[in-house]
Amino acid sequence: MPDEGDQPLPQPNLRRSVMDDNEIRRALTRMHHEILERNHGAGSLVLVGIRTRGVPLAERLACHIEQSEGIVVPVAHLDISLYRDDLTDRPNLAVRPTTVPVDIAGRTVVLVDDVLYTGRTVRAALDAVNDLGRPVRIQLAALVDRGHRELPIRSDFVGKNIPTRRAERVSVSLVEIDGIDEVSILQAGAH
Amino acid sequence: MASATTARSDALAPASGEKPLRRHVLDLDDFTSGEIVAVLNNADAMLEVLNRDIKKVPTLRGRVIVTLFYEASTRTRISFEEAGKILSADVINMSATASSVEKGESLLNTGLTLQAMGVDTIVVRHPHSGAPHFLARNLPKVSVINAGDGTHAHPTQALLDLYTARRHIGELSGCKVVIVGDVLHSRVARSAVWGFARMGASVVLSGPPTLMPEPFSATGWADDANPIGNVGPLAAVRVQPDLDQAIEGADLVMALRLQLERQQLGFFPSIREYIRRWQVNESRMARANPGALLMHPGPMNEGIEVGTALAHGERSLIEEQVTNGVAIRMALLYQLAGASATAVN
Repeated sequence: MPDEGDQPLPQPNLRRSVMDDNEIRRALTRMHHEILERNHGAGSLVLVGIRTRGVPLAERLACHIEQSEGIVVPVAHLDISLYRDDLTDRPNLAVRPTTVPVDIAGRTVVLVDDVLYTGRTVRAALDAVNDLGRPVRIQLAALVDRGHRELPIRSDFVGKNIPTRRAERVSVSLVEIDGIDEVSILQAGAH
Repeated sequence: MASATTARSDALAPASGEKPLRRHVLDLDDFTSGEIVAVLNNADAMLEVLNRDIKKVPTLRGRVIVTLFYEASTRTRISFEEAGKILSADVINMSATASSVEKGESLLNTGLTLQAMGVDTIVVRHPHSGAPHFLARNLPKVSVINAGDGTHAHPTQALLDLYTARRHIGELSGCKVVIVGDVLHSRVARSAVWGFARMGASVVLSGPPTLMPEPFSATGWADDANPIGNVGPLAAVRVQPDLDQAIEGADLVMALRLQLERQQLGFFPSIREYIRRWQVNESRMARANPGALLMHPGPMNEGIEVGTALAHGERSLIEEQVTNGVAIRMALLYQLAGASATAVN
């Protein structure tokens, strides 16, 4: 944009934190109760984490459920790269295996992802789950819902609704991958 | 590039780093080890798809792949076709004997015709070395995959060999690979040498001296007295015609198909002598490392270059190579599709 002269200088605080480790922990604790309440227990659940950061979140939810119900809920790892509709826009093409420890037919699948945004990832995940079997129902849990849906998709369980502008970027860091638990918003232009 | 639209966009960066995406697979000699690892990693995911009840993902919907074969082939052509179909591409098979090639159409005109029809990827096998490079140079809108050209290269076979080896051996760096047979005429061997050497394996070629290739450098083959005969990844390649010596301490033995017509051309005296000195069989494998594995690119002359009991025994990876070939070709088709789409935009 040709904005001469008085363009603001790059600021050091283009990143602002919106959830810390305690808030993430409390959000997941509440979400696991909601999942159990909605499904009347954990009997027929499968938690399906969408790679990359949905996987540790699904594992943490499974851990919470095991503590409060004494039931070990299977956790699947889902890679949706092969189901995306934007192969043309994606410069990185790494795919990792999908691992599903149980037959999902007849179970309730809870998809778990870090950020719900346009809904396209979830759309791809629905197709991917469909190819693995026929679950009784599919629900969606997201740590952050930042709005701006482009498809008629909604979440069943949300850690935190965070209003954002499209130009912003939501960054979720998790201990298992990034060494720290934090959700932050990056302003446009920050990389 | 505006890649940062989602939080996870940088989490799956390929090991190859910032290099522009590859549009063609013509040979292995221009693959970095990082690029090879990225292909092998993606093949893991493809193998999972291949093992599903419903072997179908929508990734390449609306893309057209032509397999253009000027030479006979079973496993390579069918595995490309299967790979494309599992990824939901439309795959058209074209063989030179049942097409305008019979009427004398040139390779260039055939390629231009396919390009004009909107074909995205051409998988080509040709008896002349360099034919896939020629197509790649002259067809700006098409991705070209070399499925074997003359005696030059067969990169997808080498990648599936590397993948199969990695699944069993793990880290290939430092392991010893012996390639036995008609290395001189073998595009499989040429690509495998590049691939294994690039991944840090030490490669020994063995077979009748008349069927060993010319050294890759003017100073001759490297040996222990002349360790700098070759430069780069090929520095670790050795020639040892005596298979009983070559196989000592091997982790992996690759037997090449003996083209029987080579005997008439005087490259080796008799099949019997070849069997006696260079057949890979159970007693010879006993000299290799315990747990050493056998590979063969197929089709096999059982009882000639490889013993029947060994070929069907528990050390043999021959059938698994075929399965893995589909996964590797899926990985390559996927990566090229992404690259060509990016280039068009």
